[in-house]
Amino acid sequence: MREIFEDVCFLGNKILIPTRKLPRLYTTSMALAQFRLYQKNCVLLLSRALVGEVTLDPQVGSATVPLSRRVRLGQSWRVRRYSELGGQEKGPNTGAVVNSLVPKCALTHLLPLHESQASLEDLDGAPPLSPFEEISDEEAVQIVAPPPLPPVSLSLRDYVNQSETLSVLVHLGVDLSKLETRRNVGSMLLRMEVQHLQERLLFLRDLGLQNPQLGPLLTRNPFILTETVDNLRARVLYLQSKRFSSEDVGSMVCRAPYMLNFSVQRLDNRLGFYQTLLGLSPHKTRDMVTRLPRLLCGSLEPVKENLKVCELEFGFRPNEIQHIVTRIPKVLTANKKRLTETFDYVHNTMAIPHALIVKFPQVLNGSLLRIRERHLFLQYLGKAHYDPEQSGYVPLDRLVSLPDSEFCSKLASASPQDFELFQKTL
Amino acid sequence: MRNRAVWLFRRLEGLFAVYKPPGVHWKLVRDSLENNLLKGINSALPLEPRQEVKFLPESRDGSGGSTELIVTRVPALANHPLVTGPQFRKLRVGVGHRLDAFSSGVLVLGVGKGNKMLTDLYNSHTTRDYTVEGELGLATEDFSHTGRLIERTTYDHITQDNLDRVLAMIQGANQKALITYSNIDQRSQQAYELAAKGSLHPQGNSPPILTGLRCLRFKPPHFTLEMQCVNETQSFLRRVVHEVGLELRSTAVCTGVRRTRDGPFTLQAALTHKHWTLPEVTEASEEDRP
Repeated sequence: MREIFEDVCFLGNKILIPTRKLPRLYTTSMALAQFRLYQKNCVLLLSRALVGEVTLDPQVGSATVPLSRRVRLGQSWRVRRYSELGGQEKGPNTGAVVNSLVPKCALTHLLPLHESQASLEDLDGAPPLSPFEEISDEEAVQIVAPPPLPPVSLSLRDYVNQSETLSVLVHLGVDLSKLETRRNVGSMLLRMEVQHLQERLLFLRDLGLQNPQLGPLLTRNPFILTETVDNLRARVLYLQSKRFSSEDVGSMVCRAPYMLNFSVQRLDNRLGFYQTLLGLSPHKTRDMVTRLPRLLCGSLEPVKENLKVCELEFGFRPNEIQHIVTRIPKVLTANKKRLTETFDYVHNTMAIPHALIVKFPQVLNGSLLRIRERHLFLQYLGKAHYDPEQSGYVPLDRLVSLPDSEFCSKLASASPQDFELFQKTL
Repeated sequence: MRNRAVWLFRRLEGLFAVYKPPGVHWKLVRDSLENNLLKGINSALPLEPRQEVKFLPESRDGSGGSTELIVTRVPALANHPLVTGPQFRKLRVGVGHRLDAFSSGVLVLGVGKGNKMLTDLYNSHTTRDYTVEGELGLATEDFSHTGRLIERTTYDHITQDNLDRVLAMIQGANQKALITYSNIDQRSQQAYELAAKGSLHPQGNSPPILTGLRCLRFKPPHFTLEMQCVNETQSFLRRVVHEVGLELRSTAVCTGVRRTRDGPFTLQAALTHKHWTLPEVTEASEEDRP
């Protein structure tokens, strides 16, 4: 089934249908018998999908059809083509045109390749049979006529029933409806062979990924399937040589699916960057990257910017930044504006000193809306004491991380209804 | 019930109110609500995969006999939920009278046929209640406390009595404007009756009009005003606070605008952001259906 797809390549809004392999198939009697059934279909399909203008590229031996100009074919053209399709090949040129117009997918699908390949050489010289020849019932029953595949489609839905690769992906839990909206992914998957897919899936399984994790991973990064297994293996070996344990590598790949698409050199760059710029020990760098593997995938500019913001705007000392980053690596990839707003509220409105923020860096990660309404509620109740020196203080990390019901019962000792009424007075 | 998602989608009709927190744009509120509702609808039990009918050739008697076609049904992969994507991708959620990012309070939203009811609500000229916080002694560019500071003034001379007098004056001017814009002859019996009932409202477009204004709390430099108004915007309310400050021979900035009622929707019915989920919105929109 996959042969159908590998030769049909979409180039922008042009479609190229290579014809080199066609004559071999064409000459077998079986193919011809089935082909006769297809003549009508083909002409209809062509008139529907292709354009009036078919240019032939002699070097490539393929018909280039600009799909942007969809002109309904005239009756005379259809009749002429019909006669050409039915009759002998008149010359190399017309023959190529005719061949190229036949949807190859239909032919290859009809033809069980493993049976016919043996007799291909013998039959090459045999004259093609007439399309008007009668066939027996038994032969007719053998003919399976699937609906023709559309040469161009906006959705993978049209191909999923007949493409083995796609059905494997669906059964894995890959969301094709999300993938088809991405550029070039659809035709990449269609052209992929099952064997090719299997190799990569087995490789991912060897990393320790479970079946239910593979679907979401491929949905987020289908391009991991385009990498060669050697490349993937080299990158995993590199990470392992940096003393990441194999379970860690598996979980990192799962959480940052694009990681294995980057070259060893780039991964090395990233690791070196975090280690030198933050002045961390190898162990701490490893720990940080394991907790937020996204750091290895993204651009380094926003990270540098966030570090500058922490240093110059917030006024943290380098060792404090080190401490914050190792505890909450997400601060490095957070949105600069959001980070600034949160810090501004926590430091200037809630009057929390730097030392306390360093002690509970989770605050910088929390949403401003949540921090604000909880702080105001505690203030209203007279419980907004965040200093650990005082008795009955509210730890900042719990202020941010607890869900609403637990916050009410444990920190505010009020009912959730009261908290909701208070929210409506803000 | 053949398709639960469709059933849930159709049930979702009418108006409901949410409580918009301060500092959030109304568009964000609307979008997050739409997302939540769609997620709720699409996570309902999916349809059973549609069957595809196929004619498969099969030999009738063992080897070499005549063959015939057998009708079989196989599940069609083309209708798998992972291939077709979510069933509902868009939901019509309309927003009633807007609230800007600075202000908070009751925001009316409509789903489904509720969008038409939003127009009716707009045409019914109902008033809206606001609670506006002010602070004396400051003046900023955009009349809110976050804007650029222009001036500092003293406010020791202001008493509650002064404030009440200024508010009464402003309300009087607005009452006069209301009668003018209601397009009714001032001397007629009809005008008297409508005014006595308090159901005068401006016809067509009119500038913002305060139909009620009083002081809830006065604790210098802070004070709280309660306003009922028609055709207002939140920046107009902040301007009113500024003008109150000027009339008091001082200046004032607005520290908060909170809408407590929008037509028939009150604070009690408004959903806080924890409750913006499908079951609760469905329940709320059904309650308000006439």
